[in-house]
Formats: sequence, C-alpha cells, structure tokens
Amino acid sequence: MTAQQIIFLVVSFVTLGSALMVVTSRNLIHAALWLVSTLFGVAIIYTLLNAGFLAVVQVVVYIGAIAILFIFAVMLTRKDMRDQSPQLNRNWWMGALLAVVTFGGLFSLLQSWSGFSKTAADFPSGFDAIGRLGEALVSPDAFVLPFEVASVLLLAALVGAVYLAFNRK
Amino acid sequence: MIPLSWFLTLSAGLFSIGLFGVLSRRNAVAILLGVELMLNAVNVNLVAFWRYGDLAQMAGQVFAIIVFAVAAAEVAVGLALIISVYRRRNTVIANDLDLLKW
Repeated sequence: MTAQQIIFLVVSFVTLGSALMVVTSRNLIHAALWLVSTLFGVAIIYTLLNAGFLAVVQVVVYIGAIAILFIFAVMLTRKDMRDQSPQLNRNWWMGALLAVVTFGGLFSLLQSWSGFSKTAADFPSGFDAIGRLGEALVSPDAFVLPFEVASVLLLAALVGAVYLAFNRK
Repeated sequence: MIPLSWFLTLSAGLFSIGLFGVLSRRNAVAILLGVELMLNAVNVNLVAFWRYGDLAQMAGQVFAIIVFAVAAAEVAVGLALIISVYRRRNTVIANDLDLLKW
C-alpha cells in the first residue's frame, strides 16, 4: 500500500464521517461546520487527482463563500429547530432505505463495468493541466459559450437573491 | 496508484449520504446542505474521470467548474428564498411551507 493510498483512505473516511454528521447532527451550526470539514476532504481528494486548481477553487468558493453563507442563513433563521422538535421527518427510514439502495445500485452497476479498477496513466512530461484548463475555458472551439452562460447565470442569481431577501418595510 | 474504483465508491457514498439528508431532514437549510453534498459527489466523479480518461480532454474539469458556479447560484437563491419565507411565515420547516398545496 503506497502513501497515496493511505492518504486517500484516511481522507475518505474523514469525509464520509463528517458527511454523516452533516445529515444527522441536531444543531444546524454544527452541521454547517461539519460541511466545512467534508468540503475540505473533497479538496484533498482533488489534490490526489492532480487537479490543483479545482482544490483551490473548492477551498475559496465552497468553504470561503458557500459554507459561510450557510452559517449566516442558519443564524438568521434559527428559532425553533434546536430544542424539542425532531430533526428528521416521519419517513426518515424510507429516505435511509432509498439512500442505501442507491448506493448498492450504483456500486453493483459500476462493478459490472470493465473499466472500474482502471489505474491512472502517468502525466506526460511537460503537461500543463492548469494552462490547458484556462485555454479550454476561453477558446472558441472549446468551452467559451458554457463559460459565458455560467457568468450570466451567476449575475441572474445575484439579482434574484438580492430581490428575494430584500426587506421591503 | 489509487484505482479508479476507490474514487467512484467514495463519490457514490457521498451522494447517498446527501440523498438521505435531502429526503429526511425537516429543516429547509439542512436540505440544502444535503444538496451540496450531492453536488460535491458529482464533482469528485467528474474530476476522477478526467484524470483516468484522456488527459488532453479538459471537459471533466470544465464541467466541474460549471458545477461550482451552479452550486453558488443555487445556494444564493435558495438561502434567499428560505430567509424570505422565514420573515413571512416564521418557520423553516419544509412540512409547514404548504402555501401552494391545494
């Protein structure tokens, strides 16, 4: 077992454990903080996959913006949830059953696929993944249109969020 | 080297946990937390297929970046909706938000 594999196992156990805490913990602030831990684990997974840029974006966008936004939203909407009322709805066992069935189905589907235990090819020497990613994002014969559409989507979301949360009193 | 199956199993597990959160939490903010977990699982899959497939094709990473942008937009609008509903109805429990139910 190589060092990479040990790192992967430790990180994935931490990630899955904190993901379980996200969906089960009573206090929503704690759930949001466990989400930060999960997202950090996923960032380390990106690093193991040689996607350094995505790891940095994960830390900056997901942890720095989205998780903090969640914590603010929890603080702005907490009144009744922490005390007596249950955190899970009446049919939570059905949700658990469906999740287990989904995992089993995905796993057996993937196991029947021939490329399931493929190992990665080595990087060709001088391969500049980040440079290629940047070129692909702005080159007209690659992904410039989805990139621009994403920026329009973000603008629309910004306007929509301000409009919805604006206090008209 | 780590085989591809490990990444795919991790992402399937993360997706299932997120699905459980979406289906069984009562608080609307917690439901959005579950959605975030599912989006992250999908991203792990996309990046893993980029790494284990053709390295010259950047589609996996580009798609992951688009998913980042969509997740940011979804969280911004979703949390704004929840805060706005909380102001009017004083609750964030998804069962109680039945204005559109006939």
